[in-house]
Amino acid sequence: MGRKTPLFALHQELNARIVDFGGWDMPVQYGSQIGEHHAVRRAAGVFDVSHMCVVDLKGRRVRALLGELLANDVARLKTPGKALYSCMLNERGGVIDDLIVYFLTESFCRAVVNAGTRDTDLAWIRRHAAAFDVEVTERADLAMLAIQGPEARARAVQLLAAGDREAALALGVFVGRELGGWFVARTGYTGEDGFEIMMPAADAIAAWRRLNSLGVASCGLGARDTLRLEAGMNLYGHDMDESTDPLESGLAWTVALEPRTRAFVGRAALEAISMRGPARKLVGLLLEDRGVLRSHQKVLVPGVGEGEITSGTFSPTLGRSIALARVPAATAQRVQVDIRGKLLNAKVVKPPFVRFGKSLVT
Amino acid sequence: MSNVPADLKYTKSHEWVRTLKDGTVEVGITDHAQHALGDLVFVEVPEAGRAVKADEACAVVESVKAASDVYAPLAGEITAGNPKLSDAPETVNSDPYGEGWLMRMRPAAGAIAAAGLLSAADYSQVLAAEGG
Repeated sequence: MGRKTPLFALHQELNARIVDFGGWDMPVQYGSQIGEHHAVRRAAGVFDVSHMCVVDLKGRRVRALLGELLANDVARLKTPGKALYSCMLNERGGVIDDLIVYFLTESFCRAVVNAGTRDTDLAWIRRHAAAFDVEVTERADLAMLAIQGPEARARAVQLLAAGDREAALALGVFVGRELGGWFVARTGYTGEDGFEIMMPAADAIAAWRRLNSLGVASCGLGARDTLRLEAGMNLYGHDMDESTDPLESGLAWTVALEPRTRAFVGRAALEAISMRGPARKLVGLLLEDRGVLRSHQKVLVPGVGEGEITSGTFSPTLGRSIALARVPAATAQRVQVDIRGKLLNAKVVKPPFVRFGKSLVT
Repeated sequence: MSNVPADLKYTKSHEWVRTLKDGTVEVGITDHAQHALGDLVFVEVPEAGRAVKADEACAVVESVKAASDVYAPLAGEITAGNPKLSDAPETVNSDPYGEGWLMRMRPAAGAIAAAGLLSAADYSQVLAAEGG
């Protein structure tokens, strides 16, 4: 048996199919996975993301700590509540994890890291935090709900006290704040607008039921995966890991090499790779033939070499198969994918595939 | 509870077999199987004329989540793959024992007896043992 979130009993009551995800017993779907996917693209859905690990970092030198730990630059965070997406690298430039960090005050930041890397991350952060005298606290007492979709914010604010709704609706993209004892952030992993709300575990079941009554569909990790892939967002452990660096993972935009004086872990390795040019890149693939792209399928690039699919699925929004693939840097527009011995044609595209309900590829 | 029609035969790997009037058989996947797979988005059926052995992988059903093989329940020759499924794979979810059939086969001599197919009651017990 795996670990359980505060919502586990409710998932069972809702007849969710439960699967192991990074050591957690999580709902993969409640009914139709495609139905849940469309609910988020067209209206609103709620996901239990309480398995993710919330880490509070407190101390006068918290900015300096994060400046050393993260490839993206927390100095970019100037207003309280603003969030930053970043990779945390090892000395070789490999990705230990990707995370979101919220800047709350000059002595308090909150990071959200992946469930499967929780122990590695906490050990790594603690090891570096000691020198900066920063206190590291895992907030296992919190549940986290992601409410996503074009109607998500309007419906989710009904959970808040009347006086807090306006403030929640006024939150800018990638900004969070404390409202009535909950931390409400305008973030997500679906390519739609919405909130992620951290709340005391004891509040979670009632909040979920209320969302259902407001027409917000219960959605599982299955739909979360097809939504994030359509949105062109990487999944740790599939699209990047400790053996790959951000430059070959479509994440160069999250690496801040300026200012050159900031000595973050992995910097030297990334500078060297950047100088000679990454050998591989992460691209989007759109399958032109019938079939379904899946992770680990081989990608053949005529005249160039081979690559591999890192995430693949059927896209419910596009009605065809899409993937992220790591391919040689010289790959142009056409590739073939080996699916059970058959070579099928795919087109190289720049992710995202879908954003705010609309297809961005043809 | 999944639907297990009494007039069909079954395999432990969740295929069903219907004997047609002309002696050929129709094959599909069971209600239990389609439910376990979830929404189907791609189905690859064998071409007519292909000779298959019993338990040979001869069709593929893919849901959003994963691809699964479908096995020939008995030895014989494929006479047809269901042509509707390339455009409407979800038919297997909505009508697994009817419009969602996967293939038709002409059994090899003695193949039906040799296949050890399960009755509906026996297949229901297989499902009960699997917790389904």
